[in-house]
Amino acid sequence: MSTKETLTGAEALIRALEMEKVEVMFGLPGGCILPAYDPLLKSSIRHVLVRHEQGAGHMAQGYAHVTGRPGVAMVTSGPAATNMVTPLCDAFMDSIPMVAITGQVPTTAIGTDAFQECDTVGITRSVTKHNELIMHPDDIPMAVRQAFHIATTGRPGPVLLDVPKDVLQNTMTWYWPTDDEVIESLPGYRPTTKGHSRMIREAAKMILSAQRPVLYLGGGILKARAAAAVRELAETTQIPVVTTLMARGAFPDDHPLALGMPGMHGTATAITAMQKSDLLIALGARFDDRVTGKVAAFAPDAKVVHVDIDPAEQGKVRRPDVPIVGDCRLVVEEINKAIAELSAAGSGQIDITPWRSKVSGWKETFPLTYDPHEPGAALKPQYCLEKLRDLAPEGTIVCAGVGQHQMWTSQFWRFTEPYTWVNSGGLGTMGFAVPAAIGAKAGKPDRTVWAVDGDGCFQMTAQELVTATTEGIHVKIAVLNNTYLGMVRQWQEMFYGERYSEVDLKNCPDFVKWAEAMGCVGIRVESPEEVEPAIEKANSINDRSVVIEFRVEEFEKVFPMVPAGTSNDEVVLHPSQEPRRDLLK
Amino acid sequence: MRAINPNNPHGDSHTHHILSVLVQNRPGVLARVASLFARRGYNIFSLAVAPTEEPDYSRITIVVDISATPLEQIVKQLFKLIDVVRITELDPRRSVERELMVVTVRADGSQRGQVVELANIFEARVLAVGAEAMTVSLDGNPEKLDDFEELLRAYGIVESQRTGRIALPKLDREARKGAAKGKAS
Repeated sequence: MSTKETLTGAEALIRALEMEKVEVMFGLPGGCILPAYDPLLKSSIRHVLVRHEQGAGHMAQGYAHVTGRPGVAMVTSGPAATNMVTPLCDAFMDSIPMVAITGQVPTTAIGTDAFQECDTVGITRSVTKHNELIMHPDDIPMAVRQAFHIATTGRPGPVLLDVPKDVLQNTMTWYWPTDDEVIESLPGYRPTTKGHSRMIREAAKMILSAQRPVLYLGGGILKARAAAAVRELAETTQIPVVTTLMARGAFPDDHPLALGMPGMHGTATAITAMQKSDLLIALGARFDDRVTGKVAAFAPDAKVVHVDIDPAEQGKVRRPDVPIVGDCRLVVEEINKAIAELSAAGSGQIDITPWRSKVSGWKETFPLTYDPHEPGAALKPQYCLEKLRDLAPEGTIVCAGVGQHQMWTSQFWRFTEPYTWVNSGGLGTMGFAVPAAIGAKAGKPDRTVWAVDGDGCFQMTAQELVTATTEGIHVKIAVLNNTYLGMVRQWQEMFYGERYSEVDLKNCPDFVKWAEAMGCVGIRVESPEEVEPAIEKANSINDRSVVIEFRVEEFEKVFPMVPAGTSNDEVVLHPSQEPRRDLLK
Repeated sequence: MRAINPNNPHGDSHTHHILSVLVQNRPGVLARVASLFARRGYNIFSLAVAPTEEPDYSRITIVVDISATPLEQIVKQLFKLIDVVRITELDPRRSVERELMVVTVRADGSQRGQVVELANIFEARVLAVGAEAMTVSLDGNPEKLDDFEELLRAYGIVESQRTGRIALPKLDREARKGAAKGKAS
């Protein structure tokens, strides 16, 4: 390495990505990013050519979700960069490590309203963890190293690098910064990973002395790879566990301590256990409004231990009694040690059997449920999901779009291992499922990847199945077609006096023909008897993507439901369970 | 930024906070800081920015009018910006604050003497004199500037411009112990 090597900025960029061990990237070339696509021809990096830039972003997210490695997307300037805004915001909200590279007009043209120019750095400032306009090819290696460092450490998130065309074309002398140089170059970035030892002891004491504790797991558990440590904590203390939408899979649903998902469409047990709790142990969770309902009425008797790597989450919504800033895995391991020490010293846990039996009672009385299928009526979407779940090969990864189908999937799937659930939680991006599934499959080619989608969502991003076909990344899509924007329809039914406004999608395309046109196998399922054979057929096809259209009940609603802005105490149960609601007291 | 309320030009003393924010001197850093305030719904009352003794860093002095709870949140959010190196909340009682004001005030022949007299009392400087008006400058503690501006109002202020305050910790015993050096959190 003693001889100085001269590279173009484009070559330096691609080499830097290789040095960061990027194996797959998702993108679509265009004018300003063109120079970077030339060295890609002889690179070890696999490039997946998408049909729309938004798809590239969501694929990078899906890849990151299941592998834990940063997803990489590369697109051109202007409209391509603006198409990347939604995935960036999605990744920002859900703390997904991602590096986006956008082309930019040449430095001499910046500010002149040149063809395909936009202020990418300005537009994406509030939806990225960090972004940077690279003004000289010499800066490329350091900028790339910083981007990967920032995206993957602390609270993960998306970082965007905007690279003008001349910066890609001009030459530089290659170098590769050391770890120390990267850290030194970012004096304002020092994430705290180790928790405060006094706070950790305090938390352990509170956990041992709580009468009605609940472990409230958020997506941070998965980011910190803390699932094993959390399971140890739960099993040692026998404290019941709720897993938020972003944490599904972090704790096995078939575990006796698992209460399922809390929040707007959570289980009655998870919602009520939090409401009645005297100690919430929030781990990598952020007290999202979809979880808390009306904040002033949320878990009114609970003290809060809040572990989060982002200090800004402490006290943002709910003031914690014991705030611990740090990496969830490291902190929970320390809490486990502190609990063991306290127990060894004779100050053991108080008896929480009464609490556990109360919670188990709710679990038995208020399971997730739906009305059975009536002869001649359309399919029940929940039934389709139960069959998909039961027939899914071991290790199947399931992705979802946003809406009713997403909630049903989260409710009815039985997650038994981390990193098998991919969805858009914070931003709620319709159309997320298909591209995210392709990204997930690219990251985990040996796994079966199912995307559960709605008919509304599918029509937003279905074109990426062309990408799946041409790239040989075979995924399976279950479209729960109720010919409506189902969740909006549900709100209009419940809160707008059944005044249905612009939610009817009845003139939908023929999904089977559409799937076939994109090189996939298309299957339509209309009756309960067809469900299992169709799923089995889809599971047996490994050389093409498969789309099953399930024609489901139009008026099916998601229950339970906490209407927006109301207290979790006012959860609306499935009609068959409403007569029993006094038992939740 | 919002308009200054003339009856309470620097906000309620209970909600007036000065943040001294040390940032890496990189392109767009001011936009990042400003847009964070806008994005999270907080008002900047005044803002001053310039390079520090070390050329790689700038110091941004921000005066915000918010209660303690959202202040804690905005400080934490601000600190998440990669370019922000250190944030110090300056207690107005334990810091020296300075501001500069340039003001053009109506002063024809009969009133010129009175304005000059006021300027002398305040140790302001006369920058320009015209037939109908004169321009004076005053630097100092922002409250002193308020008083001066208030007295000049009687003559008729044509135009005025203030820089927004800059501040550093007072060199009292507390500050020498390094107490003001830590991050606000």
